Formats: sequence, structure tokens, C-alpha cells
Amino acid sequence: MSQKTESVLLRLLTYIAAILTVATLLFLIAYILMKGIPYLKPSLFALEYNTENVSLMPALINTIVMVFLSLLVAVPMGVGSAIYLVEYAKKGSKLVELIRLTTETLSGIPSIIYGLFGYLLFVMQLGMGYSILGGALTISIMILPLIMRQTEESLKAVPDLFREGSFGLGAGKLRTIFAIVLPASIPGILAGVILAIGRIVGETAALIYTSGTVAGIPASVMGSGRTLAIHMYVLTNEGLYTNQAYATAVVLLVVVLGINALSAFAAKKLVKV
Amino acid sequence: MEAENVTMLRTEADVKRMVRNQPGGHGNSARLKESIAKYIFMILASMSIVLVVLICVFLFANGLPAIFKIGPREFLLGTTWKPGNNIYGILPMILGSVIVTIGAIIVGVPIGILTAVYLSRFCSRKLYKFIYPAVELLAGIPSVVYGFFGLVVIVPVVAALTKELGGKGKSILTASILLGIMILPTIISMAKAALDAVPESYYEGSLALGATHERTVFHVMVPAAKSGIFAGVVLGVGRAIGETMAVIMVAGNQARMPKGILQGIRTMTANIVLEMGYATDLHREALIATGVVLFIFLLIINSIFSWMKRKSEAEH
Repeated sequence: MSQKTESVLLRLLTYIAAILTVATLLFLIAYILMKGIPYLKPSLFALEYNTENVSLMPALINTIVMVFLSLLVAVPMGVGSAIYLVEYAKKGSKLVELIRLTTETLSGIPSIIYGLFGYLLFVMQLGMGYSILGGALTISIMILPLIMRQTEESLKAVPDLFREGSFGLGAGKLRTIFAIVLPASIPGILAGVILAIGRIVGETAALIYTSGTVAGIPASVMGSGRTLAIHMYVLTNEGLYTNQAYATAVVLLVVVLGINALSAFAAKKLVKV
Repeated sequence: MEAENVTMLRTEADVKRMVRNQPGGHGNSARLKESIAKYIFMILASMSIVLVVLICVFLFANGLPAIFKIGPREFLLGTTWKPGNNIYGILPMILGSVIVTIGAIIVGVPIGILTAVYLSRFCSRKLYKFIYPAVELLAGIPSVVYGFFGLVVIVPVVAALTKELGGKGKSILTASILLGIMILPTIISMAKAALDAVPESYYEGSLALGATHERTVFHVMVPAAKSGIFAGVVLGVGRAIGETMAVIMVAGNQARMPKGILQGIRTMTANIVLEMGYATDLHREALIATGVVLFIFLLIINSIFSWMKRKSEAEH
């Protein structure tokens, strides 16, 4: 084979692979939108779920509560950790090495293991039962490494000049962090938080045995309730409401893709700074 | 960095006076506030250590007793899973997880690496702006949506194509294709980062020796990026073996030894989700023990990944 034919072949191979990748995505999105949009009826958004309307509204509300609660736990923890790693810790100390190792481990654990852990600790040991709170606590551990990593990156991107200027004006370390460094790195942190929201919305395996699969909105966070992704799983599993499952998939897809776009937008803002 | 450096030469009394007179400082209380804050941040950062320890403790404490009650040999190498008869052998599920993961690699890795090569070295800037976000979107789609897509599109197609061979659609093949698609974004972004990190001088050197652009990319750049690319593949393996919901929807979930790629299979992850809802006593513990085995698999995979990643970072 001459060099020329080989070159053309290799080039062609990469083209085919790229086309396959993009085509898969476009086909998946187009297929679900086409099949699902006709079934996006108002009854699907009724406040009460029953077997007649198969409403996804309770699940949507549960999802929002879940997102809010998980962020409430994970954001302070993740941002605080990142502040320690970037602003306080000595590079290469034993503690930092250990924190890095464990964070890497956390980000590699699959969601079903988090689900099992959440079930054992929150649902059983702490006696919460299947509850939104148990699910939110489980999920907050899962998204912790993501928020930590993103915050770390954005804190590192703040030039040392900012810190030195602040110290030069007589501000203490704490004040420098909260008045100068954190505000400058907000877009990056936000991009991480939004990505985390995307993961919470799409999560199933970690929630199915922590927050449970009850179809309504619970009276409090100690009650069980399904999120949108679990609703989708249950509908598919039951096999009785395929059309509604398509419509639910549309809502889930639009929410998640919208969140991703928002995160990319926030990240772009970061680059400009 | 702080006032400490400046004040080292003075006496302690001077230091105290200086701090008190600083605009932001209010003597001891300010210093106390600073050090309390430092320890709060330190405690927050140490939470990830605490969490990993907690996860290990809870999983092992709840899973290991069952393994010893059943017998490690019977549990890990037993070929029959019949909770109703108190027979708990998870070899079918271990093999199931390993086989669909290998299938996902066969489907996803070649396409993933070639796409990464395209994005890194062949793509025009205009197309890049379209294709790279598409890869990111692929990573953002929830696994339950992938599973649904697999169920309504891939399963019927595979069933139709393999009808004469006795295929029913929900099979190792279907699960492999779906998982292959799901690990694409992981492999593409890792391989692309590795390719982008290869120094430009390699490329120019090869061109100067008379090689074409394509030959240079495949014979110089890709080999130079191989540990980074391999790290991406390992990460993909971790994703595939840990994937749960999508696999449940398309793999058939029969808890028996694998019988061929057109037949159904059950993975370790599926085993946990399918039976946890109603399991009690030893059955429940055996499911948690399945989680322990999966967890150990992932710890090994993650260690290989970290090692490959460090190796790749050290290379350039």
C-alpha cells in the first residue's frame, strides 16, 4: 500500500468515527423528541399523580427539592475543601495527598455503590427510612468531588496579584478569601454547581433505595418520593405507559441538556476573566 | 505571605501591638477568627477522607459476614444464584459484568479514539465548535434515558437482525452496543487531552522526515499519547462496569451462566437493584456482598487509572 492510499484510508476512518459519534447523539435526541413531543399533554403536568394521567409534576417537584437539599450540603463542603486545598494547605503535605487520593476514589465510585452506602447508613443505620433527605445526603456525597474539583480550578485561576493586593491593603486572609478570591471565581464555581445539578437530575441508581419510588409529593423531606429520572425508570419498567415514558424522556432530556448548555455558558464567562 | 514574615524580627509585644493597630485586625480576636477559619476549612477538606472510610466500613461490615457465611469459594465461584433455595453463587454476575464491559470496549474504544484523533488533528475550527459540544452533550444524557433509548431502538433492531440465530434482542450484544455508546464521551475527552498534550515538535520532526500528516498522526502522535489514551480506556471500563440502570433495561437480567452473545445476562449492578427491594436476611446480605465485590473491582480499576494518568502526565 502506498503512503498516499494509507493516508486517505486513515483520514477516512477518523471521519467515519466522528460522524458516527455525532450521528448517534443527533439520532437519540431527534428520536426521543419526535416520539415524545406529541404526548406532552397538560394532564402530564397535573399536580396530583394517578394511574389515569401518569403526571410527572410530583416527580419534577421532588427533583427540585432534591437538587436544593443536595446542593445545600455539598456546595459549602466542596467549596470549603477547595479553599483549604488552594489557599491554606502546603503543597505536597501528607494530608493533601490523602485528600487528593480519597477525592479521586470518590469520583470513581459508581452511583449504585453510593446507593448501597446511603441505604445502609441513612435509611437503615440512622433510621431515616426511604426519604428525600436520605436521598439528598447520598447524592451530596456523590457530587462532592465534582464541586471540589471545579472550585479548585477556578480558585487557582485567580491571579496571586489579587491576593497580594488585598494583603497589601491590610486585609486578613479570611477577608481576602471571601471579599476578593471567591467573588472572582464565582463563574467557575457556578459552572461546577450547574454540572452537579445535571447529575442530580439524571441520577437513578443512587436514589432508588434511598429516596424510594413513591409517586406523590411527600409531606416533608422525611417522606419518600421519586425524582424525574426514577419516575422515568419506573414507567419504563412497568411497560404500561410507553407514550408517557417518551414524553417524560423529553422533559428529562430538555432539562439536562439545558443545564449543560448553561454550565458551558458559565464556564465561558470564566475564560473571559 | 501574611504579616508574620514582616514581623519576625520584632519582639512578641511589638507584634501584638502591630496586629491590634492593623486596619483589619482586632488583636487576639482577629487572629483567633483566622485560625478557627483555617481549621474549619481543614475539617471540611478532610470530609472526603472520612467519607471514603465510612463507605468502606459500612460496605465491608455488612457484606463480608455474608461472604464467610456462604463460603468465599461458593460465593465467588458458585455458578448458581437461587436465593429461594439459599444458593448464592455470583460467578454468573461477575462474568456478566466483565463480558458486557469487554463488549463495550470493543464497540466504544475504536470509535472513541478515532473521534479523538479527528478532533485533535483533522477537524476544522468551525466543525470543532459543533462536534466537541456534541461529545459533551453525550456525556450529559442520563443513563436512564440511554437505557430507554436502548430498549425502544437498539433492542428491536438487534432482535430483527438476529432472529434467525435465535436472538431475542435483550442480550449481551445489545448491552455492549449501548455501553459502548455511553463510554464514548469519556474515551474521547481523555484521548483528545492526551493527544493535545504531545509536543508539537514531534509532529514537525516527523513531517520534516517526509511523512504525510496522516502517517505522522497515527505513527508518531498516537503512540506518544498512548498512556493518556490508555488511562481514558481504563476510566471507560470503570464507567461500563459500574453502569446500572441502562444495563438493566437491555441485558435481559437472567441470573445464569453466559450462553452466547445473543442471550441475556445479568450484571452485578443489576443483581443489586433488581432484588434489593424485597430481599431479607442472608439474601439481603448477599446482595450487599455483591456490592462489595463490585467495589473491589472498581478500586482496582481506579488505581490502574491513577497510575496511568500519573505516568502520562510525567511523560510530557
